[in-house]
Amino acid sequence: MINLKDTGHLFRFALLFVIAFVVFLIIRHFVVPKSFGEYGHYRGAAITEIAARPIHFAGHEACEACHIDVLDVKKTGKHAGVHCEACHGPLADHANDPSIVPAKLDTAVLCVRCHAASAAKPKGFPQVAAADHSNGLPCETCHQPHSPGLVPATAPGGAK
Amino acid sequence: MLPAAAIAWKYVLAGTPEQSPNYTTDEHWWSMLIDIPKCIGCGNCVRACQAENDVPDGNFRTWVERYHVDDWKMENPEVISPDGGKEGFPAATDESGKYFFVPKMCNHCADSPCTQVCPVGATFITPDGVVLVDQTYCLGCAYCVQACPYGCRYIHPTKKVADKCTLCYHRITKGLTTACCESCPTGARQLADLKNPNDPIHEFLKTHEVQILKPQMATGAKVFYNELDGSVR
Repeated sequence: MINLKDTGHLFRFALLFVIAFVVFLIIRHFVVPKSFGEYGHYRGAAITEIAARPIHFAGHEACEACHIDVLDVKKTGKHAGVHCEACHGPLADHANDPSIVPAKLDTAVLCVRCHAASAAKPKGFPQVAAADHSNGLPCETCHQPHSPGLVPATAPGGAK
Repeated sequence: MLPAAAIAWKYVLAGTPEQSPNYTTDEHWWSMLIDIPKCIGCGNCVRACQAENDVPDGNFRTWVERYHVDDWKMENPEVISPDGGKEGFPAATDESGKYFFVPKMCNHCADSPCTQVCPVGATFITPDGVVLVDQTYCLGCAYCVQACPYGCRYIHPTKKVADKCTLCYHRITKGLTTACCESCPTGARQLADLKNPNDPIHEFLKTHEVQILKPQMATGAKVFYNELDGSVR
């Protein structure tokens, strides 16, 4: 038979370990977020929190749902692939509430942003030295921004 | 059938975007394609990113670099990125050599060094392949900022935690594209889903000369560059 006479100190020591482990589990329960480890070594709920951040760019699908007339002008022109908010800026607020009217755009700033001549730009991309090209006239005198090719002034959506 | 974006938009308008249907993380593996010959250096992507994600001035989640590789200094190209290219670039007058623009951003690496060094599990790659930062958990120790070989992370000046490109996770989970892709006028940036067999990225990768940045670092970068010049670091 095993003599347990001199083993009390071992049991007390083991008990101390068990208590420490239970205390560790209790602290861990309160300190570690519920979703930690759901997908990996991180807080799983962070994914849904980041996905719920607010949107500022509505996306061209949202614009086209109402502005069909502009889409019709745009789709045959050189700017067919340029999405609305590339020039108009983020307009989710307007898509959300159409009574919020976006600010009028300044073609003098916008057009040259892409079309100012520079030796660094791809060679096939249409570029102009704005000062020489238009003699100071605003771009929309000759070009309708939604379909910028030169069109007769009487054509629908053409320059006025 | 309504496009996914239109369905999701109803929930966005209702203020409950997280309830948008049709999104299962396991069904996507996000990446981006950057078509260098199409980039004109207008800076639309940089401005759009700052507007969409409230990026503080002087920090960039995406930025554009302009390279000028002269005939006699291939190994040492001139690279400029004034204010991240946010307001475009000064006109180049020197016709010699080769110019091109390189938009940069988080590469959303499949095997990312930044997520590996985080001591608290505050940065991670989601099941759909996007590297994110849990800013409520981040300590701001900046190990990840040092670990990123592409310089894509920064410490947010007021929040004092790591911040970076989320690949517009709040948009792509609702069927929208990223703010930078939405605002790119030439289509030089395209969001791509490598798990979607119908995504045009597969055909593009087969038929074009596509590179990633620093392939020797084996990060599994998922931002693909078409016609990347050998001088780009």
